[in-house]
Amino acid sequence: MPEITREEVAHLARLARLALDDSELDVLAGQLDVILGAVAQIAEVTDAADVPPTSHAVPLVNVTRPDAVVPSLPREKVLAGAPAAEDGRFRVPRILDDSA
Amino acid sequence: MTDLTRLTASETAAAIKDRTVSAVEVTQAHLDRIATVDGQVHAFLHVDTEGALAQARKVDAGEFPGPLAGVPLALKDVLTMEGVPTTAGSKILEGWRPPYDATVTARLKAAGVVILGKTNMDEFAMGSSTEHSAYGPTHNPWDLTRIPGGSGGGSSAALASYQAPLAIGTDTGGSIRQPAAVTGTVGVKPTYGGVSRYGLVAFSSSLDQAGPCARTVLDAALLHEVIAGHDPHDSTSIDAPVPPVVEAARSRHIRGLRVGVVKELSGEGYEPGVQARFDEAVEILKDLGATVTEVSCPHFVYALPAYYLIAPSEASSNLARFDSVRYGLRVGDDGVNSLEEVMALTRAQGFGAEVKRRIILGTYALSSGYYDAYYGQAQKVRTLITRDFARAWESVDVLVAPTCPTVAFPLGAKLQDPLAMYRQDVASIPSNLYGGPAASFPAGLSDGLPVGLQVMAPTLRDDLLYRVGSAFEAALPAPVPSLAWENA
Repeated sequence: MPEITREEVAHLARLARLALDDSELDVLAGQLDVILGAVAQIAEVTDAADVPPTSHAVPLVNVTRPDAVVPSLPREKVLAGAPAAEDGRFRVPRILDDSA
Repeated sequence: MTDLTRLTASETAAAIKDRTVSAVEVTQAHLDRIATVDGQVHAFLHVDTEGALAQARKVDAGEFPGPLAGVPLALKDVLTMEGVPTTAGSKILEGWRPPYDATVTARLKAAGVVILGKTNMDEFAMGSSTEHSAYGPTHNPWDLTRIPGGSGGGSSAALASYQAPLAIGTDTGGSIRQPAAVTGTVGVKPTYGGVSRYGLVAFSSSLDQAGPCARTVLDAALLHEVIAGHDPHDSTSIDAPVPPVVEAARSRHIRGLRVGVVKELSGEGYEPGVQARFDEAVEILKDLGATVTEVSCPHFVYALPAYYLIAPSEASSNLARFDSVRYGLRVGDDGVNSLEEVMALTRAQGFGAEVKRRIILGTYALSSGYYDAYYGQAQKVRTLITRDFARAWESVDVLVAPTCPTVAFPLGAKLQDPLAMYRQDVASIPSNLYGGPAASFPAGLSDGLPVGLQVMAPTLRDDLLYRVGSAFEAALPAPVPSLAWENA
C-alpha cells in the first residue's frame, strides 16, 4: 500500500496552487511515496507520547514594541517590484466570474 | 607584490588601516579574480562592481572605523540588498530588486564591509549541492566536477577559490556547515536568534539562521561579531549580549574542556575516510588537553525524519507569499485566466522540482488527518532531541561529530534520488532542531577532498565553538586547494 497516491498528489497540488502537469504528478507521486516511507519512521518514537511539542527553539512569548507611528517603505518603491501596478496599487487578474 | 586575494580578512583590514594598501585596490583585486575564475566556478549570481567600488572609496575616505572595514565579502542570494537583484536561486524572483536591506546587509554596510555580490545557492536554500539552483550549479574549487555543498555552495566556493575572504551563509539544516566541510573552509551556524532574520527570504522560520563563513576561525569570529545582536525587526531575535566570539577565537587553548563524541553520529553511512579524519581530529583535541568521552543522544537518529516533516511544512506556508501579486514572476495573465489560475501557473513555472516536492510534502504533513502523525509527532521528537542535548550538557561542554557523512560527491550523483541528498544533513540537523550553535572546521583531506569537524555547543555559547576551532586550527592548519584547473 503506497503512502501517497497520484490522485492525492494532484489534490495537494491544487491546495498549494501548483499547476503541475501529468508527468510531474507521476514523478512526484513516486518520489513522495519513498520520502514518506522514510520519514514515517518517526512513528517508532514511542516515548514521545506525553512530550510537549516544540514549535520554536527560543522560548519567547509576546514580544512587543511601543505602539508608535514610524515611516513605512515609500509606495512607489514597493510597487516598482510588482509584476503589475495601476493607480498606486497592485493590479491583479480578475477574482470574480463574469457571471457573478 | 602580495596577492591581495590570498590574505585573510584580518590581514586585509590591518593592511588597509595602516594604508599599506587601499580598500579600492583590495576590492579591484577581488573583482579581477572573480572575472578570471568565476566562469569556471560559478559562485556568483550577481556581481555588484559599482556598489563594491563605491563602498571601498568610502572606506578609503575614512568613513568606517571597524575591524573589517574595506574587507570584501560574498553575500548569499537569500538576503535582501537594496536595489541589487535577490533571487534566492529561484526563477520566481528573477529580476526582483528589493526595496530594503536585510539587517545583516545593513550591518555589513555600516561596518565598512565591501559586498562584492550575491552568491549561488539551492533554490530557497533547499538542497545540499547547489544543483537545485535555477541558475545552474556551482563547482567545487577542489575538483570542478564535484559539488561545493549546499545550499550555500556559492559562498563556500567563493572562499575556497579566493574570490572573497569572507562570506555570509544561512543554515536551516546544515547549509553553512556542509558547504564549509566539503570546501575546507570555516562555517558557523550561530545560536538561533543570534543573528537577525529580517530580510532573509524565509524557508523554515523556526530553523533558518544566518552566519559567518571564512577561511580562518578568527575571520569568522570577526564577521560573527559584526552581524550578530538583537534586532527589533525580528521578533525571534534574542535580546542578550553577543557571546565573546572574537576573544574565544584568539584563545587557542582547550585544556580541561570536556568534549563529547556523539555515539549516534558515526559508523554506518559515514565514509571510511570521513570517519578516519574525524577520529584523528578527536585525538588532536585530546592532545590539546581536552577530556574526551562518548555521549549517547538516542533521539538524534530521528532528527532527519523530524526535520523533513517540520521544514517542508514551514516552507509550504512560507512560500505561499510567492503569489504573483507583489513581486517576481507572473505567468498567464491574459485577461481570461482568474487570479487563482495565474497563481497556480506562475508557481508551477517559477518553482523548481525540489521546491515543488517540499511544498507538496509540507502540505501533506499539515493536512487534516495526517497532522498529528506527521507534523505533531515531529515537533514532539524535536523536544526529545533538545532533551538529549540538555542531558549531554550535564557531562560535557561541547559535542563533536563529522559535519556530514561524505566528501564532496560528483555533480549529478544524487540528483535523481532526493532521499540520498537529504541524508547529507544527517549530522547537522540536530543543532537546528535544538537551536544551539554549531560549526564546521577543516579537518584534513580524504582522497584529496576536504573533511569537516563539527562542533556543537549549548545555546548562546557560540564562543565555545571558536575556542575549539582556534585551538584545532593551530594544531591542524586548513588544507590549501591546488586550483590546478586555473592553469589547465
